[in-house]
Amino acid sequence: MRILMFGWEFPPHMSGGLGTACFGITKALSGLGHSVIFVIPRMNAGDEPSHVELVSASKVPVPKQLFYEGILKRIDVRHVDSLLRPYMTQGQYASLLRKQYYHLPVRRRYDRGKKGYVFLDISEKYGPDLISEVLRYSKVACVIGKSHTFDVIHAHDWMTVFAAMNAKKVSGKPFVLHIHSLEFDRSGEHINRNIYDIERYGMESADRIIAVSHYTKNIITARYGISPDKISVVHNAVSRTEAVKSYHIEREPDRKIVLFLGRITFQKGPDSFVEAASLVLNELPEVTFVMAGAGDMMPRMVERVAELGIGKNVHFTGFLQGSEVERVFTMSDLYVMPSVSEPFGISPLEAMLYDVPVIISRQSGVSEILRHALKIDFWDVKEMANKMIAVLKYPELVEEMVERSREELKNIHWETAAQQIAKVYRLAGV
Amino acid sequence: MPSVCFYFQIHQPLRLRHYTFFDIHSDHEYEHREQNRETLQRVTERCYLPVNRIILNLIKKYRGDFRVAFSITGSILDQFEKYRRDAIESFQRLADTGCVEFINETYYHSLAFLFSPREFKEQVISHRNKVKTLFGQNPKTFRHTELIYNNDLARMVEKMGYAAVLAEGTERVLGWRSPNYVYRPAGCHKLKLLLRNYRLSDDISFRFSDQKWSEYPLTADKYARWVHDAGKTGDVINLFMDYETFGEHLKGDAGVFDFLRSLPGEIMKHPDFRFQTPAEVAGEYEPVARLDVPHFVSWADVERDLSAWLGNALQKDALHTLYGMESKVRRRKKEELLRTWRMLQTSDHFYYMCTKWFADGDVHDYFNPYSSPYDAYINYMNVLDDFSSFLGGKGT
Repeated sequence: MRILMFGWEFPPHMSGGLGTACFGITKALSGLGHSVIFVIPRMNAGDEPSHVELVSASKVPVPKQLFYEGILKRIDVRHVDSLLRPYMTQGQYASLLRKQYYHLPVRRRYDRGKKGYVFLDISEKYGPDLISEVLRYSKVACVIGKSHTFDVIHAHDWMTVFAAMNAKKVSGKPFVLHIHSLEFDRSGEHINRNIYDIERYGMESADRIIAVSHYTKNIITARYGISPDKISVVHNAVSRTEAVKSYHIEREPDRKIVLFLGRITFQKGPDSFVEAASLVLNELPEVTFVMAGAGDMMPRMVERVAELGIGKNVHFTGFLQGSEVERVFTMSDLYVMPSVSEPFGISPLEAMLYDVPVIISRQSGVSEILRHALKIDFWDVKEMANKMIAVLKYPELVEEMVERSREELKNIHWETAAQQIAKVYRLAGV
Repeated sequence: MPSVCFYFQIHQPLRLRHYTFFDIHSDHEYEHREQNRETLQRVTERCYLPVNRIILNLIKKYRGDFRVAFSITGSILDQFEKYRRDAIESFQRLADTGCVEFINETYYHSLAFLFSPREFKEQVISHRNKVKTLFGQNPKTFRHTELIYNNDLARMVEKMGYAAVLAEGTERVLGWRSPNYVYRPAGCHKLKLLLRNYRLSDDISFRFSDQKWSEYPLTADKYARWVHDAGKTGDVINLFMDYETFGEHLKGDAGVFDFLRSLPGEIMKHPDFRFQTPAEVAGEYEPVARLDVPHFVSWADVERDLSAWLGNALQKDALHTLYGMESKVRRRKKEELLRTWRMLQTSDHFYYMCTKWFADGDVHDYFNPYSSPYDAYINYMNVLDDFSSFLGGKGT
């Protein structure tokens, strides 16, 4: 099968869950013998008039990773010049846009109604706001759809919905929309109506929907009114990298580290983590808590940590990448994912690869497939602290969880996900 | 003349309430009273009372030719006394018929034999006394929690004066031999060993309602034919199972009550077959061979060993910590403390910590208050931590 995929990110430039998942799926699909035209947005990708850059497989910057070589022959990566990034908000888009154009002469326009309001009037390349950029991206990306043959269109999350629909219009091929995250997950009840509408429109227009969990499937049926018959659940998996082995170092037995890793945003529940840390520190004053990540709730969290007087034991590392993530996993004695709403959540699986026991919120898709993780409700701070203390206190508990998790991981593969996805293509009419 | 020997296990643990680290040293209530009461009420209504009625009617109908045995743990007898005296009375009416044998085990359905011979004996004696007080019988048959058994247990049981002991009729013990005979435990001189026919027993307790089973639906006359076939080459067919099979695990209206009602008649249609209790079987049949069981066996899971309670690091840690407290608990000489320590010995607490998750995971879910074995361990260890603060000196 030949798949036109509107995806996100490609190694070595990966920033988070969506890129990791797209890449894992693509690699496994090509491993099964399918070929993939992998279209991704990238800043300043090139200046050809079409805004489409063709990168031959051999030129994809994957240094020394021979591992991928055979498979990459069936992946045709195409970069589309765009500022879009996974889970970006309007505010983030605006600031990125400003950074892009700081060197250009900017024509300032003052709105008479709103005093002192500055608009950047940029007409040359990128869209003036996030939604416009999404629409612009879809038109550009669609060019690829015109010039290639394929059997199915596969898009990931709302930002690529229009691109996929344009490609469907041009080609008449079935369109599968893969939902990794919804506006309700990211924003709770304070949703952005435009994004919600695009998500719903995309799901209504798609021939089939893939949800990363039953948890997400339930939100799709309950909040978007989509028929459950149209939705297939395909759980994510985790890739084993060569690095895992080389990083196995002994943890310090006297200095226990509890890790939070993810965007410090409402969705990820950093506030419960901080409150639970404070309860734990009352009982076990020597524990260190690490919050790795960045996000709009970070200032508030730093402030709260200071209020609670636990700054000595809580460290903020900022956004971590690549080998830094690996290091922080190897140093940790416990990984906690207290998400308020997590469609899947690959990072607990990554922690398990490093033999780190995990506590995850029940409001997550990954909890559907993990038996050897401790589970809590994200709001139950006391229970979260209770379980953190148990992991820090009882070596037998850690021993059992880690040993069983190793067995559990053996059955979690992207190949399995890819096989299920290929079945969904057939259901969509391929 | 082959005998059919029915023995039913009756037990409910005292489940622990959700007990967090923050309750330690501040709240000393361990029991989940509400859940224990509700479970007992439900199972009494669905199983104990209606099935007792069926058994009583069968005994009357066949004028004493239908006979059964019960092992009722101290844990559930205490709960009956607290919440459902009528259940005790119902068992007493069965005792009055003279056709029901009451079997002896550890009071708290514990694993004390594996850790403390002294504690084991004390619990067996207190259960024996309880049975005597409530049902007027001096038990002659012993069964260990979950049919755990080996040579050492048999020798101990013989020394304590029992005539019969029960065990699982697994191939691990029997090899090519049949479970349908009475055996002599290795190292014993008088004690008789009765072995569970697990195929026929599990046909009722596990497969009865399995629609994918080739023999579904199981009818009393079909089952009686199997029993008759088994009796062609044997003295006794031992059908041992949880009493809750009837009405709780298998819903009464799913046909299992009717099955039970018609089974004795179907079995006794064959004039050579009769019902006997374990003590009667032991009194009548001589052992056909000596049986050597050096390693522990049980009736649990596919492994039929101790791994359901002692199979992982969590269970071992919890059990060793608990039994490590024995001398301190005894030194305090407080009845209340001893009772709590014993309640914590109930094997169910450790069964909930099992991480095997195979097909038997379903059975581990029966009456299981925890959603994960790790939760069971954390909860239990928090309780133990609090309990240890009453023992004086440094905690364990």
